Amino acid sequence: MSEQLISVNDVSKSYGGVHANVDITMSVAKGSITGIIGPNGCGKTTLFNSIVGYHPIDKGSIKFENAEISKLRVGDIARLGMLRTFQQTRIYGKMNCVDNMQISVSHRSSSKTSIFASRKGEIKDRAESLLEFVGLYSKRNLISGDLSFGQQKLLEFAMALMNEPKVLLLDEPTAGINPTLINGLIDRLRRANEELGITLCVIEHNMRVIMNLASKIYCLSNGKMLASGTPSDLQNDQRVIDAYLGGS
Amino acid sequence: MIARNDAYIYGALGILGILGPIFFPNYTLSIAYLWMMVLMASTWDTLGGQTGYNSLGNITFFGVGMYISAIVQVSFFYEGGVGEYTSAMGSIKPVFTESQYFIGLGLGILAAGVVSVLMALVFSSFMFGLRGPYFAIGSLGLAIATAEITITINYVGGASGISMPLFPGDIEFRSTFFYILCFVFAVAAHFLLRWLYSTQFGLAINAIRDDEDKAEAMGIPTLKYKRIGWTIAAFFMGCIGAVAGNMAGFIDKEVAYPIPTFGIFMVAMVLLGGKGTLWGPVLGAILFHVIKETTWTYLLNLQWVALGLILIVNIVYFQQGIMGWLQSKYPESFGIAIDASREGANVKSGETI
Amino acid sequence: MLENLQLLFVWAPIINIQIILEGIFVGAVFALSAYGLALVWGVMNIKNLAQGDFVIAGGYMALALHYYDVPLLIIMLIVILVMFIYGWLIYVTMIRRIIDQDMFVSLLATFGLSLLMQQVMNLIFGPEVQTVDMEMPVYDFFDNMVTVPSSKILSLILAGLLAVAVVLFMKKSRTGQAIRATSQDPRAAKVLGIDTDRVYAFTFALNSALCGAAGVLVSIIWVIQPFYGITYSVRTFAIVTAAGLGNLPAVIGAGFGIGLFEKYTGIIFGTAYEVAAPVLILLIVLVWRQMLLKKNRQVVQ
Repeated sequence: MSEQLISVNDVSKSYGGVHANVDITMSVAKGSITGIIGPNGCGKTTLFNSIVGYHPIDKGSIKFENAEISKLRVGDIARLGMLRTFQQTRIYGKMNCVDNMQISVSHRSSSKTSIFASRKGEIKDRAESLLEFVGLYSKRNLISGDLSFGQQKLLEFAMALMNEPKVLLLDEPTAGINPTLINGLIDRLRRANEELGITLCVIEHNMRVIMNLASKIYCLSNGKMLASGTPSDLQNDQRVIDAYLGGS
Repeated sequence: MIARNDAYIYGALGILGILGPIFFPNYTLSIAYLWMMVLMASTWDTLGGQTGYNSLGNITFFGVGMYISAIVQVSFFYEGGVGEYTSAMGSIKPVFTESQYFIGLGLGILAAGVVSVLMALVFSSFMFGLRGPYFAIGSLGLAIATAEITITINYVGGASGISMPLFPGDIEFRSTFFYILCFVFAVAAHFLLRWLYSTQFGLAINAIRDDEDKAEAMGIPTLKYKRIGWTIAAFFMGCIGAVAGNMAGFIDKEVAYPIPTFGIFMVAMVLLGGKGTLWGPVLGAILFHVIKETTWTYLLNLQWVALGLILIVNIVYFQQGIMGWLQSKYPESFGIAIDASREGANVKSGETI
Repeated sequence: MLENLQLLFVWAPIINIQIILEGIFVGAVFALSAYGLALVWGVMNIKNLAQGDFVIAGGYMALALHYYDVPLLIIMLIVILVMFIYGWLIYVTMIRRIIDQDMFVSLLATFGLSLLMQQVMNLIFGPEVQTVDMEMPVYDFFDNMVTVPSSKILSLILAGLLAVAVVLFMKKSRTGQAIRATSQDPRAAKVLGIDTDRVYAFTFALNSALCGAAGVLVSIIWVIQPFYGITYSVRTFAIVTAAGLGNLPAVIGAGFGIGLFEKYTGIIFGTAYEVAAPVLILLIVLVWRQMLLKKNRQVVQ
């Protein structure tokens, strides 16, 4: 069995009276692409937020590289090398694309000099090559807030890559993207995983995408872990089919 | 590299800075205050415009710097100590030699800067958990509290203030000397900020302004950047406070913590010129100062009322600022690229990638 | 300071009763203006830094009317009416233009308004500390250790009546319902035919009237001065920050709390800390809120 990068153990989280997550246990293996699926409101994004530190959890433990992170705050967790993208894309809207990329460099070992480093040179080259990787090179000098939603989504993905995270949590990367471009995005996600060695954990609604992409998939329903396994396991699991067709 | 437009502006400002007091010696102190306001506006903008943390309390460091430098200047060469000096209510007038005075002043300005930096470090440990209006009101509270606490300290003269040591020279040399100090500090602050904004630091604080939660989620150590930004402002505010105290000759709560005047002017000047730009604060400060100086004498008792009105009109009707207005009108000349293919076209999300 | 503590707790503990009463009297006034701020903050997201100057303006109006021997109740009604109109005018000329701007703009614009009002009041009434003497009887208790002027009791009753009137108005009247609907979702309110601009104007005017009424009470139980406004603004911010928006019992409780805190610090540390005390309590409230939220991995915003 390969090494687990993230392991979530028995995590529960409730808002008011709503049990958003109940006794969730899951793990993300190093170097893998892991998927999380489930109907709307089943607690996927809540689980994401618990992992990256947006709110405290009620019980359980979350470990990243075997260190407990459930008490840390967002920034500390990000500096350990775990990043997330947002369902509602978030970029620095008044800055241009290259600047957005340049400020997204890794802050894991930021020293005194890197704070005041010039914006030219190696950082800029890398920013531009990653923009090329996601296909935004021609838009690099535009104010990022003026880009279309899909372009902003790609920019956010490129910014995450710029940071060279150990693991990247993507919240619905294909939502709002033109269907004809989804294949290109899947390809880029896979290349990021294989060529850049970034472990991915993806929330996705689009079954075709996640079945193609992930090697292991977890299915949530009503805040509980319903099933897990390889894509083909889940495709044949009656409980998963019921959950999606509104059976339960 | 300095662009051509900038070179012209630097030339014009340099001429004003150097020739102004030579040709208009009567206005030397007025121009000195102009540079002081340029410095206040520029350093305010580091946190307010570039980082999006609107402080109403930067004037705290001005006052603290003023008092610290007074303590250092008096205690350095007057044997009786500060307590005896202030309790005599200005009746003790120690005569300092030139070298004593200037060394004392130099040390005073330095100490003012250092203490202001330390205070900013302490303040930032509990102030930067506040965002938006809470930060603004909290920092205003800091300024008021510091001012009120200062006047309860009898060591620095309490409510009756301190007279600063006398300047060892004639009045003309005095105004020229303080003029040069103000000018040098303003120029130093400007070029330091200019360089800072061109580094990763500049991008980081802009990122915090645009979306701080995103910046946190990307692992940017936001507290560190905000702290550096405020500390730089505090250093310059402390130093210029020390200079201003010596220019005024006498300091008390109103001189040291001018919350309703300089405290709010520096914000209004930045808004007038344009937030978050290098030149906005400079332009705003110059315009504001010129308007204030030219209308001041004609307004008799209504000066302060008029000033309040100017502030409101400025903020309510013209908050984009001159630079902001120019930028939205002529984006190309500010190096902002416009996507021609999107002009006028109704582009649906994700359609053009 | 130690002597003051001894006085309070060893020599004459009965004085505590006096201080607590004083705290309640001023606290009621603070709560009134704080409720106004909570209203404009909650409904239209305006942080009014001129809040305290509205209070002082009401006080000066009472002072001027009292000079012509107008009875207190009539003064109250006139001030409420005039301040209501004043608030409406301020809304139309200023607030309407900044309502959908950055929050800092509203803060700064109202700070400018605060400076302007201070200067105008200073020009008209002069910088002296003044008070309205209602020439009403004073009651003594415990061998003159505790004195309670009947004007203060009257002011407490008036504050209570005003609070009840406002709460009933917000609950029962059409306008009150429209205000509450707008505060919950302005867009939906607009779609359903509520004239939100009018609601905002009314809310701001109501706040102004509340502050004016509080000012009348301040002028008869305490002192007014053109530049005292900022301390009232700071107090109302501290109260609203501690109590939250739209929680009337908490606002009243926090108002009394600040009143007591100030009276005690005044006795223990001396009058030099009169202005510093409300400011320090604001800072303490802000830091305390931060610590609570830090546990939830959040920040104050």
